[in-house]
Amino acid sequence: MKGNEALAEAAIRAGCQAYFGYPITPQSEVLEYLAGEGRKRGMIVLQAESELASINMVFGGAGAGARVMTSSSSPGISLMQEGISYIACAELPCLIVNVNRGGPGLGTIQPSQGDYFQSVKGGGHGDYRLIVLAPSGVQEMADFVYDAFDLADKYRTPVLILADGALGQMMEKVEFREYVPADHIPPKPWATTGKGKGHPRTFITTLHMQPEKMEEVNRHLQAKFRTISENEVRYELVNTEDAEYVIVAYGLAARIAHRAVQLLRKEGIRVGLLRPITLWPYPSAVLQTLAPQLQGVLVVEMNSGQMVEDVRLAIEGRTPVHFYGRMGGIIPAPDEVVSALRSMIHTEVPEAAEAH
Amino acid sequence: MSQEITQDLTVEEQELLECVYAKPHTLTDTRFHYCPGCGHSVIHRVLMEVIEELDIQDKTIGIAPVGCSVFAYNYMNIDMQGTAHGRASAVATAVKRILPDRYVFSYQGDGDLAAIGTAETIHTCNRGENIMIVFINNAIYGMTGGQMAPTTLIGMKTSTSPTGRNVETGGFPIKMTEIVATLPGVYYVTRQSVHTPNAVRQLKKAFTKGFQYQKEKKGTCFIEVVSNCPSGWKMTPLQANEWLVENMFPFYPPGDIKVPK
Repeated sequence: MKGNEALAEAAIRAGCQAYFGYPITPQSEVLEYLAGEGRKRGMIVLQAESELASINMVFGGAGAGARVMTSSSSPGISLMQEGISYIACAELPCLIVNVNRGGPGLGTIQPSQGDYFQSVKGGGHGDYRLIVLAPSGVQEMADFVYDAFDLADKYRTPVLILADGALGQMMEKVEFREYVPADHIPPKPWATTGKGKGHPRTFITTLHMQPEKMEEVNRHLQAKFRTISENEVRYELVNTEDAEYVIVAYGLAARIAHRAVQLLRKEGIRVGLLRPITLWPYPSAVLQTLAPQLQGVLVVEMNSGQMVEDVRLAIEGRTPVHFYGRMGGIIPAPDEVVSALRSMIHTEVPEAAEAH
Repeated sequence: MSQEITQDLTVEEQELLECVYAKPHTLTDTRFHYCPGCGHSVIHRVLMEVIEELDIQDKTIGIAPVGCSVFAYNYMNIDMQGTAHGRASAVATAVKRILPDRYVFSYQGDGDLAAIGTAETIHTCNRGENIMIVFINNAIYGMTGGQMAPTTLIGMKTSTSPTGRNVETGGFPIKMTEIVATLPGVYYVTRQSVHTPNAVRQLKKAFTKGFQYQKEKKGTCFIEVVSNCPSGWKMTPLQANEWLVENMFPFYPPGDIKVPK
């Protein structure tokens, strides 16, 4: 099954009530799959006039208490940023999927990780965060949909699945586990469903003209983001117990890095892999724990070096941090990563080893 | 009856009083922030009167825009969502799709509906979403201090058309109501006003029809209210209403534009 289709199938199984989206390569299969299979199984599927409309439909649908989602690719996700900021402020649970393609601009339809900054550093205006899940295969394209919806409801917050064009298009075997709603999913008394006889009415707003009130809203959001940071960090470690070097990579790049680790291990180089699964909250603590045993960290991304900033923030200079990346829709080969790590080991001036 | 008026009266005197006019319970006790003479207060009240009379307060969800009526949810005592600028009809679309047995309306000004939200407006209407869109057209951006709106009349002075709207630089005023009336998904289109008691009564009838048609799942109902902006137009309320008749009506003539056959 294609990654995009697995994700769409998982959304149906997770009880997603409505999908709002606009076609864009390389993720149109999500809309196509849901327009057929989703509608057949009772989902509301609306092809909107733009991503701007899509994300505001997500706002309305989530505000009406439904489990809703949208998906798009990089330029479309840029267009949604206004709405995502409103959704974060209004604390509306929903799933947003970005099947990342190369940018900037109209860019390319090939896979990229160029939207890391946009995904984890805010994207839209104001102080907010998204929970960002980064699948690295078709199985996780499906699995993370369940997790994303549950996290969104648990924290009343938008959750982003950050995939890329390769993960969306590649075909792999996928097993759909039975969806069991997490037991911590709270009711939605804040939803605007028509106030009902004898009930107080409710309204959803993101406007607070008094600065004191607006600061209070911000404090509330930040407290929630701290709670998420404390409880929801997810990552995978491979061969790090005895590692002198660690490659940090997520998503598709992590699969390539995993292969590179295998090749390097054959050469006797003690190297491991840290794969962040949540890009926000970021697994900084595990990097800090690993740092004392390491002689260097190599960050591999399909961009110009974005996540590497978070790695450096976590490492705080305790060990050299190097970067290897490809841009514009080019997927690095495992050999390139092997070479990058070798040159990192052999270089005397670590920073000079950075490849771009 | 308001406690402020009756508090000095004896119990006997109060019993003699007959309540002939009261604020509908579909309005909250929050005082309107609107400028004196502004049409919004009247339109809010009329809309809420209709919701009270139809007894749909508990089944209606309103969508507030960005503009002077951004705080509509503070006054309208129903479930409401405040949305991003121009996106109210997209939000209303989703609410209605999720809750098809509820009544859903958006309440939007001319900048919100006819400039930044043009695409959402047109496509919501084109899909024939079963909602009511209330379009307040006062030909100016009131909230931001009186800038030119998409509906500003030719020659009309605003803070961004200080010598009057010039079609060569600012283009023509747009008749969104006539545009959406051409779309087959739109069932009922009318242009009303609130400048006289009779106009208010006509608007009330239009809102009532809008909700009735929504109940019958007929498609989009689009109700424009030609309104005023005494502050932005730099006029007294009375002058503004006279100016509205003399200048707005020739370009935005009141009356039904598309009615069910």
